[in-house]
Amino acid sequence: MLRREMVRRAGALAVRLAQSVAVLWAAFTVVFLILHVLPGDPVSIMLSQSEDGLSADPAQVAALRARYGLDRPLPVQYGIALYRALHLDFGQSIQTGQPVLATLRDVLPGTAALASVAFALALLVGIALAVATHHAPEGATKAALAALPALGTALPTFWVGLLLLQVFSFHWPLFPAMGNDGWRALALPAATLAIPTSARIAQIAGRTLADAAAQPFATAVAARGVGRARLMAVHLLPNVAISLVTMSGLIAGNLLAGSVVTETVFSRDGIGRLAQLAVQTKDIPVVEGVVLLAASLFVAINLAVDLLYPLLDPRIGK
Amino acid sequence: MLRHACLAAALLLPATPGPAAPGPAPHEGGVLKAALSDDPVCLDPQQAGNNSSLNVGRQITDSLTDQRPDTGEIVPWIATSWQVSADRRSFTFHLGDHATFSDGGPVDAAAVKANFEGILKLGARAILGAGYLAGLRDIRTPDSRTVTVTFDRPNAQFLQASSTMSLGLLSPATEVRSAEDRCQGRLAGSGPFVVADFQHNRAVRLARRADYAWPSSLARHPGPAWLDGITYLVIPESGVRTGSLLSGQIDADLGVTAQDETPLRAAGLPLLARANPGLVYSLFPNEADPLLREQAVRVALDKAIDRAELQAILSRFEAPATAVLARTTPLYTSHADLLAYDPAGSARLLDQAGWRTGPDGIRQRDGRRLTIRLSYWQRVPYLELVQQQARLAGIDLLLDQQTISQMTAQLESRNFQLRFANLTRADPDILRAVFSVHGRNAGNRAAAAPVDALVDDSLAEADPQRRRDLVSRAEALLIGEGHVIPLVELTTVIGTTKAVHDLSFEASSRLQFHDAWLER
Repeated sequence: MLRREMVRRAGALAVRLAQSVAVLWAAFTVVFLILHVLPGDPVSIMLSQSEDGLSADPAQVAALRARYGLDRPLPVQYGIALYRALHLDFGQSIQTGQPVLATLRDVLPGTAALASVAFALALLVGIALAVATHHAPEGATKAALAALPALGTALPTFWVGLLLLQVFSFHWPLFPAMGNDGWRALALPAATLAIPTSARIAQIAGRTLADAAAQPFATAVAARGVGRARLMAVHLLPNVAISLVTMSGLIAGNLLAGSVVTETVFSRDGIGRLAQLAVQTKDIPVVEGVVLLAASLFVAINLAVDLLYPLLDPRIGK
Repeated sequence: MLRHACLAAALLLPATPGPAAPGPAPHEGGVLKAALSDDPVCLDPQQAGNNSSLNVGRQITDSLTDQRPDTGEIVPWIATSWQVSADRRSFTFHLGDHATFSDGGPVDAAAVKANFEGILKLGARAILGAGYLAGLRDIRTPDSRTVTVTFDRPNAQFLQASSTMSLGLLSPATEVRSAEDRCQGRLAGSGPFVVADFQHNRAVRLARRADYAWPSSLARHPGPAWLDGITYLVIPESGVRTGSLLSGQIDADLGVTAQDETPLRAAGLPLLARANPGLVYSLFPNEADPLLREQAVRVALDKAIDRAELQAILSRFEAPATAVLARTTPLYTSHADLLAYDPAGSARLLDQAGWRTGPDGIRQRDGRRLTIRLSYWQRVPYLELVQQQARLAGIDLLLDQQTISQMTAQLESRNFQLRFANLTRADPDILRAVFSVHGRNAGNRAAAAPVDALVDDSLAEADPQRRRDLVSRAEALLIGEGHVIPLVELTTVIGTTKAVHDLSFEASSRLQFHDAWLER
């Protein structure tokens, strides 16, 4: 019996891994096609940065294109790029000439620090808000608290960032306005990025708390004379943990997407800014690298969630 | 003394009082923090570079000559003297014997030869420098301090080109490195600063060269730079640059936008401004397009534009164009009369060409409306005013803002009608380079015209007065036949804190930091 169960689990894991690889391949292929359909030649764009778009000698442009392999038929380019990607070789940036992997390695710590601090902040604020809303007496206070998450998701990150800068950096010089160095440079961007994420977490947590509190077990526990704090901590919050884990792929995606604007406003070097510039200049190898990195993260989180479920919630996986 | 006065005159310093009061004396020390709006991408000034990279590149390389920003005169730098052959084909430079590259070797004739040959080898990557050296026949080095550069044809622009950072000198050891390595900052020049660190999208750190002793003859002091170093920070948002400057987190903003001038002025911070020499912001018609091949249409659009009216929405430092070339270009001549608002002339041309005013106010001919698509990628509020002015003349101007990659694609396929652009160069040869059918032929004209003879001849003309005359006649033809529609002079505006002194523009309106110092 035990052996059959293990075989079943191994089979399921193999299927999930195959699905993950398929997702990565699809992301790679779709990005490759989109970048080639978009107008403009990356080499000409790189050269036109110098002066205002008056074109270079076509023969010399052609020679550079050949150097980057951009003169070959599309299927050949695709085959080569895919073969290299499988060997973790993403080539070099057309703009800077730097290896894509080294570029990603340079910018990854900045975004990782930003996203994890923002996530920790968002988790704290989001859950606190959900709990406060849950316990607030019916009426104006509860309505106001319940409206906060909607407000948080609606506020434009760009505007929030500039506002925080204006107050906490330009007016009161508490934090630097730019750069990647030190925790002080991290504070304002992390707060900016945490606002929409905490709003989303508060929404998820609020809904889960309401659902769980309405279930018979909650009533039964309360009837046994368990206090409100204990009911929340021991019986209701674990449900929140499960729903947050379910949504963690989405939350990570939101943090990455939010880093594009946040890193630009706060002049931080990171994945988001790199992605934006690479798309703007049609720097195909860099875009492929960033997309595969993001897709791998997404896939890894979802895989981890699937594996964690049975541990978190005994009802799943039976 | 004279030098000092000239530099001061070349700068517009509206927010600071004149140099009459004896201020503090220049002194050593301090790292100046300057904000750039874009990543420099490539630090090698010889390779294709944006404004940010040229601003960095100027500090790490010296050139054979320098150019006075006020008069355009070419003056000594690494070369202490030079001779130009009567046919403008041969240029002999005599080098001073102090300069060394930061990796140790001397700046000698062999190094100059290796640099110029290396630039031609870089090809499209050195789009500016290779253009200046086009038609190079040979480079001779009779001795270690003399170098003679000879071209196949007369090349009068080369002397000015020798003052640019695009022909800035790098060590022979740098010349053999890969183009990518050099971009990344692994290069050695002979300039007053050396690259200490370059992180893309974050910062470029330059450090002073303590043994620097060969500044340009325009420098206000001999010896090494006053500053210990320069840190360029990449800050893409203009509002963040302004706030950082106001709160003293940076010392200079190298890209002040029009909307940020007001708060900086209100705070009493110095603003430095200088029009970029070269081609002003203009509309470039594609004459391979059937509609814009028609001269009447091009000239009618030009006459429909009321440039004086544009001033209302320009920055106080910007001005409407008065010629194809900006005021700061050597041999500039005003053609303001040719660029006067002439609605009657515009209407007459379109009437004669058979364009009749249609029911919606837009002219039409054979059932076709007079609609012209204008492609651009920059943020340019005044184009909307130009659009309204064109509409009054019965021309429907479609504003088509695109990404840079779309623009590049259109330019390559010649699939556009009008495009909006400018080009910085402190020599009138930019007219030949851009418009001549033997040059880049920006208008995609099919055959040579009288204007080509004028601009091509200007490359052989030794006498400045006669060259000015050729250039001026070429400009009159370019405007008169509608090959270009000049609009507004691009102006570079720099904001600094009050502690920054003697930061100055060089001839192409990029910055020279050798004399700059920070007040303690």
